[in-house]
Amino acid sequence: MTQPLWEVFVRSRRGLAHTHAGSLHAPDAHMALRNARDLYTRRQEGVSIWVVRASDVVASSPDEKDAFFDPAGDKPYRHPTFYEVPAGVENL
Amino acid sequence: MTVTAVDTAVAQYCLRLGDDALVLAQRLSEWSARSPQIEEDVALMNVALDLLGQARSLLQLAGEREGAGRSEDDLAFLRDETDFVNAQLVELDNGDFGRTMARQLLVSAWHLPLWQALTASTDDGLAAVAGKAVKEAAYHLDHARSWVVRLGDGTEESHRRVQAGLDEVWPYASELFEVDALLEGLVARGVAADPRALEPAWRAAVEDALAEATLTVPETTWRPSGGRRGTHTEAFGYLLAEMQHLHRSHPGAQW
Repeated sequence: MTQPLWEVFVRSRRGLAHTHAGSLHAPDAHMALRNARDLYTRRQEGVSIWVVRASDVVASSPDEKDAFFDPAGDKPYRHPTFYEVPAGVENL
Repeated sequence: MTVTAVDTAVAQYCLRLGDDALVLAQRLSEWSARSPQIEEDVALMNVALDLLGQARSLLQLAGEREGAGRSEDDLAFLRDETDFVNAQLVELDNGDFGRTMARQLLVSAWHLPLWQALTASTDDGLAAVAGKAVKEAAYHLDHARSWVVRLGDGTEESHRRVQAGLDEVWPYASELFEVDALLEGLVARGVAADPRALEPAWRAAVEDALAEATLTVPETTWRPSGGRRGTHTEAFGYLLAEMQHLHRSHPGAQW
């Protein structure tokens, strides 16, 4: 029995973003959500689950790695590391 | 009522509910590593472990109310077949996956209103167990219902199998709603849930699921009975032998 693959995203607690937890097989969205609950939140890992058909995820290709990611390599000024943090400020 | 009060009627009621959960947990565990898919394997074992947790709480409570110093392990592993008071429905062989899910629907649709009612039990211990079990039962019902609908409204083969399984287990559900003198007394004291009050909710939930699954509600006048009095089906002895073998062969063994 071949069933579609689903990607599972779990939000560990309120305020955080959903992060990718893994994938699973299920016949439909209803069962995918329930399988995700049983596979990925049985140890209290989450408060919210998203499931997305793996075939609906558009991913970058390894072939495009150079064009996509290398140009960012020599631009350290894009990091906010050149600011001096005033004394006593914990978060900026 | 204090936690340690001895009350043999309450003890017997806890034993019935605890045996239901224990025996069904053991049956479902037989699917471990044999489920139709690995996702379902984990899902079914989660359900089995929920039931085992309920069984532990209920048997411990039964031991306390009995007041004879028996632990949950004593009750689970050192009683013989005729001492078990589970309904026969939960001890039936799993059959195929369709039959297991059909039974799971019938049991879960009874467990949910049962635990909902018992959250208001005048026995504090029982109400506490119910408070935890009610959420688990809600998921068990959702899980079983989802499968019964998918199998019933699936292929010709899955429909045929789940209908056949349903037809086989259906008559045994009547035992869940039997009332005897013990229950009459406990219902009057507000300890137990009245089975007659649970049946409409059970029937509505089951018939709703079966309608969506395009399955036929079985018609039967046969009402097998006796589990609550220690009479069991042939399959039960084999289940107990497997469940109790380790504990009896190695008394007092520890992990």
